[in-house]
Amino acid sequence: MIAVVDYGMGNLRSVAKALEAIGEEPLATRDPADLRAASHIVLPGVGAFSQCVANLRATGLVDVLDEEVRQRKKPFLGICLGMQLLANESEEGGRHEGLGWLAASVRRLHDDGGLKVPHIGWNDVRAEPGSPLFKGVRDPVFYFVHSYYVDCADPRLVSATCDYGVTFPAAIVADNIWAVQFHPEKSQANGLRFLQNFLSWS
Amino acid sequence: MVKGVRFSDYRDVGHPVGTAKVYDAQGADELLFLDITATAEKRRTLFELVSRTADECFMPLTVGGGVRTLEDVRALLLAGADKVSFNTQAVADPAVLRDAAERFGSQAIVVSIDVKDGQVWTHGGRQPAGLQPVAWARRAVELGAGEIIVTAIDRDGTRSGYDIALVQSVADAVPVPVIASGGVGRLDDLVAGVRDGHASAVSAASIFHFTDQSVVKARAYMRQAGLEMRIA
Repeated sequence: MIAVVDYGMGNLRSVAKALEAIGEEPLATRDPADLRAASHIVLPGVGAFSQCVANLRATGLVDVLDEEVRQRKKPFLGICLGMQLLANESEEGGRHEGLGWLAASVRRLHDDGGLKVPHIGWNDVRAEPGSPLFKGVRDPVFYFVHSYYVDCADPRLVSATCDYGVTFPAAIVADNIWAVQFHPEKSQANGLRFLQNFLSWS
Repeated sequence: MVKGVRFSDYRDVGHPVGTAKVYDAQGADELLFLDITATAEKRRTLFELVSRTADECFMPLTVGGGVRTLEDVRALLLAGADKVSFNTQAVADPAVLRDAAERFGSQAIVVSIDVKDGQVWTHGGRQPAGLQPVAWARRAVELGAGEIIVTAIDRDGTRSGYDIALVQSVADAVPVPVIASGGVGRLDDLVAGVRDGHASAVSAASIFHFTDQSVVKARAYMRQAGLEMRIA
C-alpha cells in the first residue's frame, strides 16, 4: 500500500489519482498505523511553506515519518512543497523551519532579468544519462508551478536540475528519499512514468 | 460546455470532461475552466466537473468562475485544480487575494481581467469596474496574484486575433506570467501573443472547438515560428 500523507494541504487527490492510473492502490491518510504499514510514502504539497509545516506538525506525523523514512528507510517521495518541507528552512513569508532532513535552504526564484515568477509551465529537466528517475522518459519535460526552490548544500544529492534564471534541483535523491520540485501528477505521460520509476526502484 | 462571442451568444460545444480528455491527449499544456454563469448552486457542479476532469487528465488545471472565498479556493484545489482564478470578487474585495496567497501560495492564485474600451469589466463582462487594466493587474500582483489572464471582451469568440496592445501593456507591467485570451482565429495569433504581446502563455477556445486546427498543429506551428515549445 502506498500512503499519501493527508495533512490538509494541496492536491492530495491528484496524486492519488495518478497513482491509481498506474495500477496502484494509494491511501490518503493521516493515521500513523497506515504510514507504518505502507510500502511507500508520498508527501504531496501545494501551498505556503509556513502553513504546510504547521499543518504537518499538527497531524503529529513528523515523528512517525522520521521513524519510517529516516530510520527504517522506507521509499519516500516528496513533491513540490513536499520537497521543500524537507529542507532546514525557508525564506517564504519570513523565516520558517522545515523538517531538516536535507542540508538545504528554500529560496525565492529571482525575478530580475525579465523572468516571470512564479515559474509556471513545462520545463526541461537535466539528469545523468541512465538516471533511474527518468527511465523510459524520452524527453524529460515536466510541469512546474513554484516561486521557491531548494538550494541544496550537497551537490551530490542533486539528481536532476532545471534552469530558470538559476539552476535549481528538479530532483534530489538522498538514499531512500526522492524529492522533486515538478509535479509528476500533472506531467501527463512523463509524470506517470516517473511515478512508476519511483515505485519500482528500491 | 459552451463557447460564446463577446461573452454572449453561447453555443454548446460538448461535454467538458470528454473535451478535456481530447486536449490532454493532444498535449495541451494546461486547461482553463472558466464557469461563466457561476451561481452558488452551479458551483457544486463545477467542483464535480473539476474533480472528474482531474481524475482522468493528469495535466495542469486552472479553474475560475464565481470564486469568492478561501473555502472556494480550498475546495477547488482539493478537487484537483492547480490554480484558482478570481475575477469579480477580487475587484470587490482585493484583500481576498492577499489572504488566499498567504494561505495557498501565490502560485495557486490567478486573477482574470476582462477588458473592454480600456476598462476592466466584472460580472461576466456586464459591469464596468472603474479600473484600468494595467493598474489593476499591478495591484493584484502586489496583493499576491501569481498569474494574470487578460481577456479582450470584444475579441472573445470573434477569431480576429488577440488585442496585442492590451496583452503587451499588462505583460510588461507585472513580474508574474500573463496569459493572453480572447480572439484567436489563426495559429499565427498564438505566435503574436507570445512574440508581440509578451505573454508567457496563450489560450484559445473557438479555434479548437470550431475549426480543424488542433492543439497538435498549434504546437508545431509555434515551434516553427521559433518559439520554445515542449515536445508533447
